[in-house]
Amino acid sequence: MISRRSFCKKSLLIAGGLAIPLSCLELFDPKRLLAEKDQKGPRWVFLVDTRKCVGCGFCVKGCKVENEVPYDANVTRTWVERYVVTNDGKTHIDSPKGARDGFPNKGIDIGHGKLEEIKDDDIDKAFFVPKLCNQCDNPPCVQVCPVGATYQTADGVVLVDRSWCIGCGYCIMGCPYGVRFFHPVFHVAEKCNFCYHRITKGMQTACVDSCAFGARRVGNLRDPEDPVTKVIMTERVNVLKEEYGTKPQVFYLGLSKEVK
Amino acid sequence: MVHGEAWTIKEFFTYPNEYIYWTIQIVMYPFMTGLVAGAFVLSSLYHVFGVKQLKGIARFSLVFSFALLPVAMLPLLMHLQQPLRGIEVMMTPHFTSAIAAFGIVFSTYGMIVASELWFVFRKHFVETALALKRVEGRTALQQGQYVLFSVLTLGAWDVSHEALEADERAVKKLAAAGIPVACFLHGYAGFIFGSVKANALWMTPLMPVIFICSAVVSGIALCILTYILTMEIRKQLARRHRLAHPELPSMEELKSAEAHVVAMTSRYLLMFMVAAITLELLDLIFRGYTAVKSWDILRSVIYERDFVNIFVIQYGLGNLVPFVLFMIPGLTIRRAAVGTMLVLVGVFMMRWNVVIGGQAFSSSFSGFMHYVLPIWPDSMETLKEGFFGAMIVAVVPFCIFYVLNKVMPVFKETH
Repeated sequence: MISRRSFCKKSLLIAGGLAIPLSCLELFDPKRLLAEKDQKGPRWVFLVDTRKCVGCGFCVKGCKVENEVPYDANVTRTWVERYVVTNDGKTHIDSPKGARDGFPNKGIDIGHGKLEEIKDDDIDKAFFVPKLCNQCDNPPCVQVCPVGATYQTADGVVLVDRSWCIGCGYCIMGCPYGVRFFHPVFHVAEKCNFCYHRITKGMQTACVDSCAFGARRVGNLRDPEDPVTKVIMTERVNVLKEEYGTKPQVFYLGLSKEVK
Repeated sequence: MVHGEAWTIKEFFTYPNEYIYWTIQIVMYPFMTGLVAGAFVLSSLYHVFGVKQLKGIARFSLVFSFALLPVAMLPLLMHLQQPLRGIEVMMTPHFTSAIAAFGIVFSTYGMIVASELWFVFRKHFVETALALKRVEGRTALQQGQYVLFSVLTLGAWDVSHEALEADERAVKKLAAAGIPVACFLHGYAGFIFGSVKANALWMTPLMPVIFICSAVVSGIALCILTYILTMEIRKQLARRHRLAHPELPSMEELKSAEAHVVAMTSRYLLMFMVAAITLELLDLIFRGYTAVKSWDILRSVIYERDFVNIFVIQYGLGNLVPFVLFMIPGLTIRRAAVGTMLVLVGVFMMRWNVVIGGQAFSSSFSGFMHYVLPIWPDSMETLKEGFFGAMIVAVVPFCIFYVLNKVMPVFKETH
């Protein structure tokens, strides 16, 4: 009969022996090596011209329809914010239903279903700012995902694997831009993915296609001839919340200091 | 309805996707893990540092820590949107995530406590199994017990003096190894919050240390409280059984043992309380002094919206009052019970104020969110992440402790 000691010894030996060839297979995965070598693909970026946005909300509608985000749910992959700066230096911001229906009221939505009326004479400046996932170069959501369900592709887009996400919400907490939410139907983390299914086929994103004013554009930063790249390289563009070190890849033209 | 919408009230400008996503279950999670770590540290004070006065409570807190261990995972599981995939954290951990450390630390810690318990109770297992073996014509129950205890011996039937001394040495080593792991178990729970750079309230390197200190405080407090309660039950039982079994300890013996242990343990409780409060206040003062961009909204949450929760309940009722209660000379059992209960309330509120308070303001720094705890559930979601969900988490460890105590009697002298 096998003794306890030799049983333990032999099982350790077998387990260790099995682990070594398995790890070798992982190390020399040729597909992965090829992917790591290939650095010539695109790097998708987004350009938002805040001077052109009129707050119609067509982009929000288009996004919801394209990406199966329930139309009436109070979450959205992209939204538009309205900023009203008054003479006294105060900033009033709102985005009712993410501006899905635009801004039907002149009053500013302050929650609890209340509106704050602002007189025209008191307004110093007012503008709209579209928001979406920044597809950061250093994405905190990818860092904190405990199972690797949120990952970054070689072309810079951050995606969520709906079949793998456990729904812990850590990525939602880790995102400083508040772009993430739980999908009401699939019950997993959800976010804008630059319409990855479209851009990888040479199409525009749904929001870019829906914008009648050219306020939104998508481009490839690794292509010097791309019109979006040219703007980013030659004009004074800005990004949101740079202080978090996330290196956002959504660039803004005409960004004002009040934008949060 | 979107997840979080049922219990979130928004005010002023918040981003459209912002809701209170981490609810009472995430408050329960660090609270329960804290109790596990704290109970273990208390038992180690005797096993490693040889604080003889804590002998009475050491084994009790070790078993209690083991009973609490599976419950540390329960709130996380109840909070997941995909609970069936929860096991993936253990199977496919993504090591840049603080949560991924959970699988490793949790199982290491579990194994340490389990082996320590085995060494502590091995003699009891062997003796019980041998006693049952001698019984002629065992009933089904006795047969079951016999099999259980025989398996628990793991084939080590030697209870000679030398073997028991070897056990003692093993317990000491395991307890020593367990202290850093217990601290790490709770430290990383603090790290989960402290490393979220997107949240102005959580983002501090002090968070893991604050969590460890308050964990030890809560663990010790719960052990004292449960110890008092169990001793009280034992006293009542002793009164009833003593006529039939005169060998049982008398009421007076039990009473003096209890008073002695409680007085001694509460000194350690006070020590850790001072450390915990100092760190928390340091964090608060530091934030105010440096006053970075987020301070404006943090100040309005801390000093206005959450004033009652933070200063009245957490610091006042949960820290100051029990501190005074313990400091007044001549500590009585009743006063200790009230004190420890308040300490537990204080530590729970600390967790609440961190988890819920951290989500009380928008990342836009321009709006607020208020969490309304769902009491009566109207859906699975409000059941899991509401009052009853939290109650389930709170009650389960006591049920496990009851069962464990049948197998590993904490009050029986085994060595």
